[in-house]
Amino acid sequence: MPRHRPVTTAGPVLALLLTGCGEGSAPDAGHGPPGEITVFAAASLSGAFTELGEQFEDAHPGATVTFGFAGSSTLAHQVLGGAPTDVLATASPETMGRVTRAGLVEGDPAVFARNSLQIAVPAGNPGGVRTLADLTREELTIALCAPEVPCGAAAAELLAAAGLTAAPDTYEDDVRAALTRVRLDEVDAALVYRTDILAAGADVEGLEVPGAGDAANDYPIAVLTGAPDPDGATAFVDFVLSASGREVLGEAGFDLP
Amino acid sequence: MLLLPAALGLLFLLLPLVALLVRTPWGDLGAHLSTPGVLQALRLSLVSAGLATLLCLLLGVPLAWVLARAEVPGTRLLRALVTVPLVLPPVVGGLALLLLLGRRGLVGQHLYAAFGVSLPFTTAAVVLAEAFVAMPFLVIAVEGALRGADRRYEDAAATLGAGRWTTFRRVTLPLVAPGISAGAVLCFARALGEFGATLTFAGNFPGVTRTMPLAVYLTLESDPEAAIVLALLLLLVSVVVLVALRGRWVGGGTP
Repeated sequence: MPRHRPVTTAGPVLALLLTGCGEGSAPDAGHGPPGEITVFAAASLSGAFTELGEQFEDAHPGATVTFGFAGSSTLAHQVLGGAPTDVLATASPETMGRVTRAGLVEGDPAVFARNSLQIAVPAGNPGGVRTLADLTREELTIALCAPEVPCGAAAAELLAAAGLTAAPDTYEDDVRAALTRVRLDEVDAALVYRTDILAAGADVEGLEVPGAGDAANDYPIAVLTGAPDPDGATAFVDFVLSASGREVLGEAGFDLP
Repeated sequence: MLLLPAALGLLFLLLPLVALLVRTPWGDLGAHLSTPGVLQALRLSLVSAGLATLLCLLLGVPLAWVLARAEVPGTRLLRALVTVPLVLPPVVGGLALLLLLGRRGLVGQHLYAAFGVSLPFTTAAVVLAEAFVAMPFLVIAVEGALRGADRRYEDAAATLGAGRWTTFRRVTLPLVAPGISAGAVLCFARALGEFGATLTFAGNFPGVTRTMPLAVYLTLESDPEAAIVLALLLLLVSVVVLVALRGRWVGGGTP
């Protein structure tokens, strides 16, 4: 007798899971042990925030910080869907705004960093990319962030300001995914954040783009109203805004407000 | 004793779909569906899943025949290897394909050097990713049908002077045709829903690599309502596939 396995369809199931949890964001009645802080942060913050988390844990014995790094719009969507999160840090005021408008942010979000785009090319620059105009060359393989996520919105703004229509071959869901395409040498260029190129080391070369500063992203951070650990959340946000926080962010290549 | 958990199990499987139907913006359905990106993604999904199924048939049926009929040592190991994509997380499959066929991949670098061909970010890559993930479904279904088929017909054909190829073509294939159709429909359904391997290996570009599941995922970030409509469309196609499959199983007389 032939036995047939059940068909699984990852995409729609994931979508169903996400849409299925739109129950609002009532704070969890049962608090976890104090000091367990969940932080959702933009993918571009993964390096800097991981380090900040370690420093925070050293400074606050008993505290543990757990990060969820992803594209800012994914994070916003998850918070809106009721993910039990203490702190949200996104790569654009627009994505934070979606959460703020839903009344899920405690107080006003604080801008703690700025980031601008550079062209990332694989080591050795196989496509001979020099300027933003090279991103319009059809024969090159180009990765951009999807316009739905902040790095994609910034890229669209930058290209529009230069009067260029890029010829991308793929739209990546977050900036790290776009960078990974460059690191694997599968694309000739991608528009990613300066900080990502710094973090990538020798695999990736960064090219300055004139005018990139004008399309720079502000990074807001906020404590969420549904925070299971509001005190821990406030302490973490304060730490990010503190001198030690600024030092780590500065070293990672962020501009500081 | 078993009824309660059974009912819970059924609810668990059905309620999410009910939620999808309840949250569907029925009034704006037409507007959402007539967005150019939607039809583009649907067409790409159907075409690439169709091509992937074709590829699976061309390669998978002979493979199933070898697993079921050939007396080669290590068949059990071979069968285990064939089912690896079935249990592998699709993202891992996509990464593996990238490391093999990407332009710096094991084989891909030679393709790129010799012909300037780079597979990632093309519709061909979508087809390959889908075929990679879906082929085990076909192979298992066809192998099962082959094992269930009466070999005496083949023996009779051979006795009457038919060669192996003629026997395969004229006797074996018609004998297991219902199994092949069932396998092909399963394979098509799996290919249609493919997400992880496609995203990793083929990327995400409208009209070229953005299939329905990718469109659902990306749209969810900017416009949840539109994403629900897309998901509904995909659900509808899946139901049609399921009905087709059921027809095969009930009417086709697969053992």
